[in-house]
Amino acid sequence: MDKLIYLDNASTTQVYPEVFKAMKPYFTEYYGNPSSIYSFAGESKKAVDSARDKIAGFIGAKPEEIYFTAGGSESDNWAIKATAQAYSGKGKHIITTTIEHHAVLHTCQALEKQGFEVTYINTDSEGIVDINELKAAIRPDTILISVMMANNEIGTIQPVAEIGKLAKEKDILFHTDAVQAFGQLPINVDDCHIDMLSASGHKLNGPKGIGFLYIRKGVKIRSFVHGGAQERKRRAGTENVPGIVGLGTAVERAVKTMEERAGKEKELRDYLIDRVLEEIPYCRLNGHRTERLANNANFSFRFIEGESLLIRLDMKGICGSSGSACTSGSLDPSHVLLAIGLPHEIAHGSLRLTLGEDTTREELDYVVEALKEIVSGLRDMSPLYEDFVKKNAKEN
Amino acid sequence: MYSEKVMDHFEHPRNVGEIEDASGVGTVGNAKCGDIMRIYLDIDENQIIRDVKFKTFGCGAAVATSSMATELVKGKSIQEAMQVTNKAVMEALDGLPPVKVHCSLLAEEAIHAALWDYAEKHDIKIEGLEKPKSDIHEGGEEEEEDY
Repeated sequence: MDKLIYLDNASTTQVYPEVFKAMKPYFTEYYGNPSSIYSFAGESKKAVDSARDKIAGFIGAKPEEIYFTAGGSESDNWAIKATAQAYSGKGKHIITTTIEHHAVLHTCQALEKQGFEVTYINTDSEGIVDINELKAAIRPDTILISVMMANNEIGTIQPVAEIGKLAKEKDILFHTDAVQAFGQLPINVDDCHIDMLSASGHKLNGPKGIGFLYIRKGVKIRSFVHGGAQERKRRAGTENVPGIVGLGTAVERAVKTMEERAGKEKELRDYLIDRVLEEIPYCRLNGHRTERLANNANFSFRFIEGESLLIRLDMKGICGSSGSACTSGSLDPSHVLLAIGLPHEIAHGSLRLTLGEDTTREELDYVVEALKEIVSGLRDMSPLYEDFVKKNAKEN
Repeated sequence: MYSEKVMDHFEHPRNVGEIEDASGVGTVGNAKCGDIMRIYLDIDENQIIRDVKFKTFGCGAAVATSSMATELVKGKSIQEAMQVTNKAVMEALDGLPPVKVHCSLLAEEAIHAALWDYAEKHDIKIEGLEKPKSDIHEGGEEEEEDY
């Protein structure tokens, strides 16, 4: 197979041609600043408003509750830091989980250095947040609960409706990092009692560098970027008009295709999971078997290391990702895989494959065959596998 | 991110395998950090390394440094093999990304561990050889402060 097999859609996605097409005029034709008074700039303003309407409609929010940002990480930072600042008079305690994205975890750690207390809730071995532990962690001074909607590595979908209900009962703000879930799952901020929600454009075939934070009306958090009246004075800076248009178009498209796409991806994902688990020995699926994003498969292959696996897959034109230390720039493997209880050496041998709308069964057949060959080749040169085989031979 | 030489040694690793009844075997690293290297040496009566094989669990750089280290010591005397430092391995590979330098240390350490095993088995002393550390990462690089 000569063409690229892209199975890293949780990392980023292709901008769809229709999304790009919708964006293009806002670079070269309607380049006016939406804040300007003349009618030429009105086109830009209209485009921004229209995108805001589409996004608000999709999550059951009001348009004025959608604040455009530069992406998911900014949204997470804003939601958490600004809540901490605005509500520190009420308390300085925040609850989150051990499997959040670093945009949440590192932000919480930064707040800990400023005198906030953070409780990190564990998950079960499949990566689902322990709701009882969460309930028990709530204190009178808890100001925020931040739990992701779906995990970026293992795809596990969290019980956000239950968590939101609990937060509301206790009068605590609830933020959810929906970067991976947005465009994959139906979301209603009222049904789930969500006060703040982070999302990003490039995970759903939109452009990079654009995202938004939903902030429920009445939540007191202030601007994170000062210097202008944009976004209801809460996020200064001239709007990324083409990005916003792209995000709006991507959302519109994602809503339209969601049901069919998720159905198709789920079927292919299960096909991939079944084949890998059946045909490759000493391998496991990470995350919940069914409560996971339709496009996410995450495996651990014992006795081998993830980066080696990724390079060999790349040589065969396959793009995937791994939670191995070598791909993270530190010596520790993925905090998510450790949090669900995997030993270090098994976490190092992980592989995440995330499907896209255009993924085909033929591609997955090719990937499974490639994986079989690569895993077996890497095991042949693994001292861990050698020890395992010798130990087994001795025992039998 | 890797040089062509690293990629070549990763794609076509030299001297992969085991040596039965090896003169010396050394295993270094640990699974926790994601790198384990094992080197087998076959050393003749003149203390020349007749054959060398390796097995490695680790990233692309770990595989490439193991492979290069085996090439550098094959056919050499044990004293010459002592000169195969991590720097020599890195240079032979046209360099490594900074975060992967520890892999080359591991390769040097694996050779030393195998030589140590040989020396112990034959009750000899090799000039400049020290007992290998069980884990080269202990007290290793410090993590960056990133917030």
